[in-house]
Amino acid sequence: MENRSTKNEICLEFDAISENEGLARVVIAAFLSNIDPTVDEIEDVKMAVSEAVTNAIIHGYGEKGGRVVLRASLSTENELSVEISDRGVGIADVKQAMQPLFTTGAANERSGMGFSFMEAFMDRMQVESSVGEGTCVHMWKSFGGSQVEPAPILQAAVWNKSGRA
Amino acid sequence: MEKKMEEYAIIDDYLCIRMPGEVDHHGAAGIRECADRLILDDKVKNIVFDFEDTTFMDSSGLGIIIGRYRKISCFGGKVYAINVSERISRILKASGMSSIIEILT
Repeated sequence: MENRSTKNEICLEFDAISENEGLARVVIAAFLSNIDPTVDEIEDVKMAVSEAVTNAIIHGYGEKGGRVVLRASLSTENELSVEISDRGVGIADVKQAMQPLFTTGAANERSGMGFSFMEAFMDRMQVESSVGEGTCVHMWKSFGGSQVEPAPILQAAVWNKSGRA
Repeated sequence: MEKKMEEYAIIDDYLCIRMPGEVDHHGAAGIRECADRLILDDKVKNIVFDFEDTTFMDSSGLGIIIGRYRKISCFGGKVYAINVSERISRILKASGMSSIIEILT
């Protein structure tokens, strides 16, 4: 379990009720606060987490309740990894579910934009699901500092080539 | 969730809806029900969503807008989003919503 590149990690389990959508957003924003993200970065993550938690509540559990688990970790490179999982009905066809505007919740005016927003506002996303077992949405996003991170790596490679390392 | 009536106003044939600070799935049903009741009762033609207080909106907000758009557009009504922050505008534009509603910042 130990991962030395992780500098902070949280795990929150809560009831799959709509009141907790706001809670999940507040928790993820607070978790990010000490790496000094921009307002836009925080809002992007809040949006993605809100979409995933809402999906778990509405689609995973069909609004009949259950438990949602939010796991988040920050690497030393300031990359956020966030996982939202449920033990609900699961998704039979993940590819189809991820198509923009695809929805099984038309009656409740779901826009079918949830996964598209998660993809648009985070760097990477992975969805694992099995019917009858549940769904796990895993997303990643790098913050300000990590964008300058590649530079030293590049320099190291150049130094290696020139035989200075 | 019951909404306070001061969040809704009918001016001529415009229904103005003052959107809450956070527009998510949790509050969506309440807004939908209230708006639809007023659309039926008062023969509202156009809808104005006022985002002055709104700091957060996810795709549930888009569902509210699309749903109301469908209800009134077949009678020639229009949907407007006013007092839209840069953030909300970004979401409306990213989702293609700006092609069916008029966004006024």
